[in-house]
Amino acid sequence: MADETKPPSPVGPTETPTKPPAAGGGATTPPAKSAAKAPATPEPWSSAQLDQLNRRLPGAVSEATIFRGMPTLWVAKDFLFAVCELLKNDEGGAYTLLTDETAVDYPKREKRFEIIYHLYSFKRNDRLRLKVAVGEDEKVPSLVSVWPTANWLEREVYDMFGVQYEGHPDLKRILMPDGWVGYPLRKDYDILRQDEAWVQANLKIKSAQ
Amino acid sequence: MTEATFLDSNEILINMGPQHPATHGVLRVKLKLDGEKVVGSECVIGYLHRGVEKIAENRTYQQFAPYVDRLDYVAAVTNGMGYVEAVEKLLGVEVPARAQFTRMIVAELQRIASHLVWLGTHALDLGAMTPVFYTFREREEILNIFEKYCGARLTTHAFRIGGLQYDLYDGFETDVRKFCDYFPPKVDEYERLLTTNRIWMERTKGVGFLSAEDAIALGVTGPVLRGSGVKWDIRKAQPYEAYSQVDFEVPIGEHGDTYDRYLVRMQEMRQSIRIIRQSLEKLAPGPIFGKVAKVIKPPVGEVYHSIEAPKGELGYYIVSDGSTNPYRVRVRPPSFVNLQAFDRMIYGRLVADVVAVIGTIDIVLGEVDR
Repeated sequence: MADETKPPSPVGPTETPTKPPAAGGGATTPPAKSAAKAPATPEPWSSAQLDQLNRRLPGAVSEATIFRGMPTLWVAKDFLFAVCELLKNDEGGAYTLLTDETAVDYPKREKRFEIIYHLYSFKRNDRLRLKVAVGEDEKVPSLVSVWPTANWLEREVYDMFGVQYEGHPDLKRILMPDGWVGYPLRKDYDILRQDEAWVQANLKIKSAQ
Repeated sequence: MTEATFLDSNEILINMGPQHPATHGVLRVKLKLDGEKVVGSECVIGYLHRGVEKIAENRTYQQFAPYVDRLDYVAAVTNGMGYVEAVEKLLGVEVPARAQFTRMIVAELQRIASHLVWLGTHALDLGAMTPVFYTFREREEILNIFEKYCGARLTTHAFRIGGLQYDLYDGFETDVRKFCDYFPPKVDEYERLLTTNRIWMERTKGVGFLSAEDAIALGVTGPVLRGSGVKWDIRKAQPYEAYSQVDFEVPIGEHGDTYDRYLVRMQEMRQSIRIIRQSLEKLAPGPIFGKVAKVIKPPVGEVYHSIEAPKGELGYYIVSDGSTNPYRVRVRPPSFVNLQAFDRMIYGRLVADVVAVIGTIDIVLGEVDR
């Protein structure tokens, strides 16, 4: 499972559907004068902690990189729950705080969504990013039972991207109105688009634009 | 939630908000009541949703900066600071020392201003009319400094990616020093009004209890987390700007109730004054802008950067595809995540405590709904 789940590029989009100028050579072109000090591309990352994770759950992490001081682990979807439980309960430095969970849409990829988790460990005082690639019809295991804070965060991802979660206690829209059709943060959802039927029925106006 | 109700009466469902003076904006709460006891609640949010994250994808990095001021609009400076720092981290740019200390001074003033709004409205919600007049009087002084510095009082857009747009105006240091001398006695004054006030203590002690474990599990950050006794402040744990060069304490509470969170925020205002004083000492003449090109095109990659905003951890997750517009900007708002703890904090308490708990979380709906 490990290799198929991995999208073509480990970090960041190489294909840019909306912005043609940077497509292709984005990673190699030094942008502005600023890239002098910090490396412009993610580098492979390794640590004792990652080795331990690999030993206990072989095949769960398909790639580990570091960029701007923050390590990123690509996790296979089937292993996500196990990896998170392990990271949360790891005695060496438990990642007890789920800071954020969000998604990014890459419509051209085979698995279009990246679900991104930002974890923080009070003991180790460091942050870790987990990434999972998910296709449009796939369900993601819900992490509400690991970190209760995932409840609203997952609802927001569902609301904005239409990603379905498995095992979420109350998966419904959170910021958009309940009856809204469409997922606004998808890349194919134009910024001026709206659910006209909803607007006409509920706001009694022709258009909200 | 299906336990037997008091006197076998039926549970009633009441709706609070979105138009309600004590919900601090357009928060709507559905409360399930058994008599006067709250046995369940659900927050309904989104009334102020403006799609800020979508807007970001359609603007350049610089163009998006003023939008973040409209998230937590009572602490626009810290919102802007988090965003510009995140972009700077993505670019790998160092900001000159003068700009860093200036940012810290302005951001700490903003923290005080934000806490003053919280204190005034929180006290007003609980029936203490006087503090709001006092706190807004002091907040006015801060906003006057903002206005002289960058021309705006509320949505300031005070900083730019790479540094500052303007150097400090003549007399900035005098103004800030004057405020630093003027303000601590005022905090004493608020404390005289509230800290040992019997009504205040009755209304806040033991109300909205949140244990440290629950707070962490629910992802709560900022003064609410510290009120539960967790000594964690991003300014100390993962210092940004020049916070590692100043000396200050992180106040924490013991009981995790509304009263402790009140004490924590009062102490934080005093600590902010300490930070401002030290930053003023270290403020030396020098450049105010780092090496940033006019057209910002960060390398392909992603960055997560978070700061200690007045309300908790404010994080920005930015994905760049190498073009002038961000591919994705995610705002991790403290208010949104903290509000999730509301249900836990109010469960089993009286309906009169609802406004106390909403107040103590210190939410701004612009940030909750984005």
